[in-house]
Amino acid sequence: MEKRRKNFVVIGGGLAGLACTMKLCEAKAQVTLVSYQAVKRSHSVCAQGGINAAINSKGEGDSPDIHFYDTVKGGDFLANQPLVRDMCFQAPAIIHLMDRLGVAFNRSPEGHLEFRRFGGTLYSRTAFAGATTGQQLLYALDEQVRRYEHDGQVTKLEWHEYLEAVIDHDGVCRGAVLNDLRTGDIFTVGGDAVVLATGGPAQVYGRSTGSTVCTGAAATSAYLQGAKYGNAEFIQIHPTAIPGHDKLRLMSESARGEGGRIWVPKTPGDARPPREIPEAERYFFLEENYPLFGNLVPRDVASREIYDIVFNKKMGVAGESMVYLDLTHQSREFLDNRLGGIIDIYEKFTGDDPREVPMKIFPAVHYSMGGLWTDYQDDGNGLIDHQSPRNQMTSITGLFAAGEADYQYHGGNRLGANSLLSCIYTGLMMGPGLIQYAKNQNKVFENVESQVFEKAVNKWKDRFSKIKSMQGRENPYDLHQELGETMMEHVLIVRENAKLEKALTLIDDIETRFADVRCLDTTHWANPTPSFINQLNAMIHLSRIITLGALQRNEFRGAHYKPDFDLKQPSDFDPHEYVDYMEQKNYDEVPEDTFPDGHMAYMKRFESNNEEWLKTTIAHFDEGKPHISYEPVDTSIVPPRPRKYD
Amino acid sequence: MTTKNIALKIKRQDAPDTKPYWQEFEVPHRKNLNIISCLQDIQRGPATTKGVTVNPVVWECNCLEEVCGACTMVINGRVRQACTALVDKLEHPISLEPMTKFPIVRDLHVDRSRMFKNLKKVKAWINIDGTHDIGEGPILPEDERAKRYVLSECMTCGCCLDACPQFTSDNNFLGAATFGQVRLFNAHPTGKHNQEERLEAVMGEGGIADCGNAQVCVEVCPKNIPLTESIADIGGQATLQIIKNLLFK
Ligand SMILES: Cc1cc2nc3c(=O)[nH]c(=O)nc-3n(C[C@H](O)[C@H](O)[C@H](O)COP(=O)(O)OP(=O)(O)OC[C@H]3O[C@@H](n4cnc5c(N)ncnc54)[C@H](O)[C@@H]3O)c2cc1C
Ligand code: SF4
Repeated sequence: MEKRRKNFVVIGGGLAGLACTMKLCEAKAQVTLVSYQAVKRSHSVCAQGGINAAINSKGEGDSPDIHFYDTVKGGDFLANQPLVRDMCFQAPAIIHLMDRLGVAFNRSPEGHLEFRRFGGTLYSRTAFAGATTGQQLLYALDEQVRRYEHDGQVTKLEWHEYLEAVIDHDGVCRGAVLNDLRTGDIFTVGGDAVVLATGGPAQVYGRSTGSTVCTGAAATSAYLQGAKYGNAEFIQIHPTAIPGHDKLRLMSESARGEGGRIWVPKTPGDARPPREIPEAERYFFLEENYPLFGNLVPRDVASREIYDIVFNKKMGVAGESMVYLDLTHQSREFLDNRLGGIIDIYEKFTGDDPREVPMKIFPAVHYSMGGLWTDYQDDGNGLIDHQSPRNQMTSITGLFAAGEADYQYHGGNRLGANSLLSCIYTGLMMGPGLIQYAKNQNKVFENVESQVFEKAVNKWKDRFSKIKSMQGRENPYDLHQELGETMMEHVLIVRENAKLEKALTLIDDIETRFADVRCLDTTHWANPTPSFINQLNAMIHLSRIITLGALQRNEFRGAHYKPDFDLKQPSDFDPHEYVDYMEQKNYDEVPEDTFPDGHMAYMKRFESNNEEWLKTTIAHFDEGKPHISYEPVDTSIVPPRPRKYD
Repeated sequence: MTTKNIALKIKRQDAPDTKPYWQEFEVPHRKNLNIISCLQDIQRGPATTKGVTVNPVVWECNCLEEVCGACTMVINGRVRQACTALVDKLEHPISLEPMTKFPIVRDLHVDRSRMFKNLKKVKAWINIDGTHDIGEGPILPEDERAKRYVLSECMTCGCCLDACPQFTSDNNFLGAATFGQVRLFNAHPTGKHNQEERLEAVMGEGGIADCGNAQVCVEVCPKNIPLTESIADIGGQATLQIIKNLLFK
């Protein structure tokens, strides 16, 4: 008898989904790859700046362990350390693999990989392909998957939407409910496991740097089915984007990595064209406030500083919510070679040439550190056991998550160029564990009672026909815009409990009005409206746990800034003091006068805050309501300490 | 400035086998407005200029910054991406039509799967030994890398094919984008190992010999990909291959 082939369903053809598909095919499995659109158009193509790996090609003394340290510190110690460490140790092999796949990475004079600097580190650790790194990486993986498609191992279902996991009586995921976005047909596919590599949820905020399909609906649907959702409140606001009506287009951190400087005129409201303002009359606030990291402080820090300049100090360019990002001191050739892609974007959308005039930018919602809770198995040596079926499994057996859709790796704040890494890493790393999981099953999906699948299909057919019959007064697209505006106004960079509470009421109100939505289009062929209405429902649920998580977390950590709970680090504080303090405490009482004035008190505040808040937020949906609980974080490798970048 | 309205004429079609028809819409003008924002406005208030409520216009989009290729359509007679089409730079009223060489799905949304199938035909990938860690990739001079990079920016948008007189909905011409990809992979030190396979594919039916040299592809490519150069290069490689085949096979 022919051996049964293992069979997986991968939802999403971004970096994570494609990497996972490639790895599974290499292990001789069959994969059904599902995506809203042609996978080659996935959101990952937007990534501009680059991907991190501590290859130390410039002899700066970089190493995977320093990369690991920068990442957990950048994330304010909220990430589980063995996973992060394993990712950083795999990073060099990942870059070499991508290079072998033909990615046109920029080269050094000798012809090796070239690296540039990015935020949150002092090392040149970021490999890049011009300013379209994500596009180049995605294409390379897309090509490998096409090769497997050509060989019959991959079946692509593009223009299909994932609606929900098929879960049997034992609570095990056996497949997925899909919606054919052209015919409107709703059906199931079975699989030994289902992988959600469905990307981030930036659309919850209406306008962001994200793509239009980034609604987070797939991950939220798993949450609504009972999967745990981790750290929802940790949303990254990128400091530098171009304001726009339809989208806030990113100006990559690589612009600063290649020398870009952030400034505003020293005189508020100074109306002179930027190039006529002499250097001495420009306020380079990041460089002045953070002499060590300068323009390359982590994103959460930079976004708060820009916010402060614009709203508290009223120093925005021409009184508007904008600051300059200036590259005009670099040569045209240099800029075209290293940043061509993003310079084109700025020019095309604003009509100004960044080689000649400084760009005008403002922070924008960019990335979700939070996502579906996923498991892992460490190997006892500070790395991961790659054979374990626990890796990347959600709290629903047989349902896995990868890429931006999961909550691991970035803690409270992601460092630039670490996401492309975590996406490819998770996709590849989980492969052997998935195969193992399929091997260990005592029942295969083909033997699961057909009623399980039928029930799932009927539920969704029903739901979609109900949606189509919605003939209320609310335009779903308007309601989405309103949800976004609510989140932007209340749950963004600076978080206050009163505003967060208000947001919850407003979200409730939007949910009530959702019942009165009008399905604008009730036709049967290629009709995106019912799907969108279903996604809007998911976004409402997700916005609620983002807000609830933020409300309950009474502290300031990473991207989650609550001024009322700022521990007020003394300006002359040195994080090493904390390491000394912890060490001395291990042996003895530490006398009050060991450290400069006020430092001991700060360290005690820091310590007790960590005791209370250094934990993962878990949102769990039960009986129609979200429940928030907390889980410890594995900080076994580097003890948490205060962050400082100046 | 008083708010003025932007007038749009949109060619619609409900399904692949139904007749197309035109509808007119108006949306309020704003600074730096692009076609995507106009279409989003229509979603929020789907009514024609005459006030008739209609189904929202269906189109494809994703990244909104001209790297995914999704939102390609014919705007004022020229095939391009809707995200980078700024209203202030267009003649009014603005006309929107679907691409002309691909099967219509609905309204402005077309089916470009033929392009992806062509990538399969020419084996547009690098045959690697495996994903395990076997060390560094090949050492490459920066200028060679830069030449490949330009080619690898092709986002499979199909503008070059839509504009090409040789590429029609009922033939199987591979088209400029595909030839560009063959060049991209044949120029890679590992990709070269399989260049014969790729060349055989472009020497067959619908291959490079069918190119009529109209040169419009290069004019419409939003990524400024040197398509005519690629066609000449692949033409040259194919000729060499024919000679090799004659001599050695
Ligand atoms: C403008 C921008 C620039 C960035 N630059 C960088 C950078 O320089 N470096 C870096 O490290 N990171 C960067 N990031 C972050 C990084 O790009 C993303 O986090 C990453 O690409 C996410 O990849 P993914 O594979 O998880 O998901 P995505 O690429 O978002 O793919 C998701 C896939 O899931 C599919 N999908 C989703 N929902 C469904 C559903 N319900 N049914 C069917 N299919 C579905 C989609 O069609 C798509 O194929 C950037 C992000 C943005 C927005
Ligand atoms: S070559 Fe240019 S026009 Fe043709 S598909 Fe690629 S990007 Fe589009």
